[in-house]
Amino acid sequence: MFAANFEYYRAGSVIEASRLLAQHPGARLLAGGHSLIPLLKLRLSAPGTIIDIGRISELRGIVANKGGLLIGALTTHTELAASPDVKKYAEALAEASGQVGDPAVRNRGTIGGNVAHADPASDPPIVLAALKARFGITGPQGQRTVEVSNFFQGLMSTALAENEILTSIEIPARQTGEGMAYVKFAHPASRYAVIGVAAVITLNKDTCSTVQVAVGGLVPRPTRASSVEATLLGKKLSAENINHAANQVSKDLGGEILGDVFASPDYRRAMAAIYVNRALSAAAQRTS
Amino acid sequence: MSSRIFGSGIRRREDPRLITGAATYTDDITLPGMVHAAMLRSLHAHARIKNIDTREASTAPGVLAIYTGTDIDGELQPVPCAWLLPSADLKVASYPCIAKDIVRYTGDIVAVVVAENPYQAYDALELIQVDYEELPTVIDPEAAAKSDAPQVHKDIPGNQAFHWVVTGGDVDAAFKNAEVVIKERIIQQRLIPNAMETRAAVAQYEQATGELTLWNTTQNPHIARFICSAVTGIPEDRLRVIAPEVGGGFGSKIAVYPADFITIFCSKKLGQPVKWTETRSENYQATTHGRDHVQDVELAGTKDGKITGLRCTVYAGMGAYLSTAAPGIPTILHGLMLSGCYQIPAVKEDVYGIYTNGVPVEAYRGAGRPEATFMLERLLDLFANKIGMDPADIRQKNFIPKFEDGHDVITGLTYDSGDYPAGLTKLLSHAGYNELRTKQASGPKDNRYLGIGIASYVEICGLGPSQVAGAIGFQGGLWESAIVRVHPTGKVHVFIGASPHGQGEETTFAQIVASEIGVSPDDVKVFHGDTDATPMGWGTYGSRTTAVGGAALALAVRKIRDKAKILSAHLLEASVEDMEYADGKFFVKGSPDKVKTIQDVALMANVAWNMPEGMEAGLEESTFYDPPNFVFPYGSHLAVVEVDADTGQVELIKYVALDDCGPQINPTIVEGQVHGGVVQGIGQALWEEAIYDNNAQLVTGSMLDYALPRADGLPPIEVISTTTPSPHHPLGVKGVGEAGTIASTVTVYNAVMDALKPLKVRRIDMPFTPERVWRAIQEAKGN
Repeated sequence: MFAANFEYYRAGSVIEASRLLAQHPGARLLAGGHSLIPLLKLRLSAPGTIIDIGRISELRGIVANKGGLLIGALTTHTELAASPDVKKYAEALAEASGQVGDPAVRNRGTIGGNVAHADPASDPPIVLAALKARFGITGPQGQRTVEVSNFFQGLMSTALAENEILTSIEIPARQTGEGMAYVKFAHPASRYAVIGVAAVITLNKDTCSTVQVAVGGLVPRPTRASSVEATLLGKKLSAENINHAANQVSKDLGGEILGDVFASPDYRRAMAAIYVNRALSAAAQRTS
Repeated sequence: MSSRIFGSGIRRREDPRLITGAATYTDDITLPGMVHAAMLRSLHAHARIKNIDTREASTAPGVLAIYTGTDIDGELQPVPCAWLLPSADLKVASYPCIAKDIVRYTGDIVAVVVAENPYQAYDALELIQVDYEELPTVIDPEAAAKSDAPQVHKDIPGNQAFHWVVTGGDVDAAFKNAEVVIKERIIQQRLIPNAMETRAAVAQYEQATGELTLWNTTQNPHIARFICSAVTGIPEDRLRVIAPEVGGGFGSKIAVYPADFITIFCSKKLGQPVKWTETRSENYQATTHGRDHVQDVELAGTKDGKITGLRCTVYAGMGAYLSTAAPGIPTILHGLMLSGCYQIPAVKEDVYGIYTNGVPVEAYRGAGRPEATFMLERLLDLFANKIGMDPADIRQKNFIPKFEDGHDVITGLTYDSGDYPAGLTKLLSHAGYNELRTKQASGPKDNRYLGIGIASYVEICGLGPSQVAGAIGFQGGLWESAIVRVHPTGKVHVFIGASPHGQGEETTFAQIVASEIGVSPDDVKVFHGDTDATPMGWGTYGSRTTAVGGAALALAVRKIRDKAKILSAHLLEASVEDMEYADGKFFVKGSPDKVKTIQDVALMANVAWNMPEGMEAGLEESTFYDPPNFVFPYGSHLAVVEVDADTGQVELIKYVALDDCGPQINPTIVEGQVHGGVVQGIGQALWEEAIYDNNAQLVTGSMLDYALPRADGLPPIEVISTTTPSPHHPLGVKGVGEAGTIASTVTVYNAVMDALKPLKVRRIDMPFTPERVWRAIQEAKGN
């Protein structure tokens, strides 16, 4: 496991990182390293230049803001899983962050690096889709914000341009009475999601007044389950209604279901409804 | 001291250095002027090498040499197989260290690069151009045995490496007269041993003296020296093999591999020390795998649950070449244990060893015995189901009754001692078997089905009598030796030929010495793993280190005690007949104040001022111990699972292991061995499988795809025991390194199938992936 040669720069600030990116076309950014370094070691990736942004302090930290969250791109999974603010305002993100890889991965791996890598089987993107997160991006033209629905564009593909840096992730303020949950069917070896489902539900006088469901793991990018949402909206959160809504998920999965030697596309499709049901049931339990 | 230290769960002295990262492994060895080798391995599972172009690579930065198959001609002999099974039509294919014409699995080496640092070596590997002509491949051992299958070796028809038969009693009559016949096909999937430390070698050849030192990740340095000498031509006396800390082997570090010989070759050619360390990907591609059987098993019985016969045919995949001990695994260590813990009057097994385009298959923890135990214990459950008997009752009905000094079984072995009925009874009562069955009878909750599995096993270990080793074609002895040296202050050095690599014998062997001569275990240092510093021994595998090496040590220490007794009598001016020994003290009978401690005697023996007439100076003894028989540990295990019928997911919720390995030197270490073994066996049932695609490419080539057991998927493992000493062992002990693995795979398998019984699912191939279980449930439902 020996990487090919590359040049290494360590950036002290976002501005410096941007400048280095402009100077070295094709350079890759290194944050926690838990997506990039395995690729380098297997020689599946051999960039000429690596720009280490891992020590830029302005990219760290979690700020709670009027019921929402502003998360620095270098915040680790462990920090997210343990943060009282994340547990309070985005419980499902804390749950998902606590299930990424193993402790070593969570201690080093960052949410920014994770979403920029856009592995379809990764947990945080699925929750961010259900939470309607916004992504703060810095590039040569200055700063811009991208909605989650536009951020994840496909298998390992995002809205980030080669010369841009993801700096923050914003979670909008949560609704009163909202309950949320992330449930996961983990691959026994990689612990990536064979299926991951995040559900966010608000209850108003016994009926479901808002609902966002996102599924991942079995599709190329985290996908909102709009048929499930439409079926449940305005309904009482009975086991029967949840089951009926969950069974609509097959309409939301699109034409490309992922599979591997562990779990075929057919099996994953069959399991999706069960996991949507479980996520909805868990979220419903947490509504108030 | 002596009464307490044997049987005391003192902490392992190995652990501080292992836990703090202070241990020295082969890859930690750094020598002045050392350079680095990297192996170019075949991308194809079967191909003809048409051309190898190393020109560009040889001019790459830092590259010192590149060698291909033609360079080793006449310099490295083919890799030998060291278990030449007799009466089995054995065909050992030539196994070149570097493939010259044909590659036969994706790990076959086609070239080696030596460079100043490993980065340069791996950069240069990418510059070697190999022109291959692909050939057809075969990976399934049963398919490979068919007449139209691709030929792995052109001179070996039907890919048949051997055909071995074991038979006892009149099996045809048993089946002709059977009231009940059960048939089952069982697939023992290929497993990847996954030692935490990958393989490595550092070779240092001194051109001035012609001497070679090899640091190597081996379970058996003395065997490695023997084989390295044969392959490289370096005389045995000039060859020193050192096994530094070895990070797990599980059988995969028994063999001596092409890369080891190539590393030696490179050092000899360049006159510089050369290091080679396998990458994890290489470990998957090229270090031996385990299991890989296709088994067709038939059991004959009576309507009231008596087994009357067992018959099976096994296709055992051997991979592309026969690894060092490979032919003995699916035969001697498998077929001879066919009748297990039971009185079975007639058995027959045909084992076909078959070459395929896979990584060579070797011993893997349990080595043949898990595959044998599985057949019998699975068939017993099916038999019980068929006649409506409880699985525990059918075992009790067929067990060999308690025996203390030998019991002959139908395969020709003589088991040493055992009380199988008592073990199972204790297990069931400890685990609350009846309550579990009551709970199960209340039906599934939330579509989760409870299953209870049991299995009983007896295994053969403590290999073994050397005369038997010779008779079964093992190209070596199987005795062990020990040297015990007591220094003037009573501190003890022990030198053993066995080579522990994680099992904890530095601790337990110190306990043996302490219990025999009354010193503190802290006063005993155990040396192993260096062929120049230890006496000859045949290595650590087959749960033999304590069973054979421990016996050698006990006998050597007893010689020390005998000599000390004579010397103390002399010093006390008493007759030897009047001397007594207790807890490290030699005293005159009836005069406990006339006493010499072992430390007193050690000093006097070492200064030798006043020795009895004819007694040599010093206090040092050695023994060669060749066991009169194998040892046969046994036990019964129980697992409880819940199967989610919606998803097919299996959750193991309870596991109880009852093992009888005789008196336990250190119960904490025994518990650790059982834990590790049980978990490795559970891995086969639930998660692990080396999957090859249609081109014999390994699909599960990394830990991202190959699922190993993890703590969060396991319940607490309860370990209990009974104690039945081996009648022929000086300490009565049996081995315990593999026991857990031998029992646990089929225990968990039986539990899952028990859970699925109400759903009418009859068989599923391992591992129980959720999809497989779910599909089996759907199929049983007619979906």
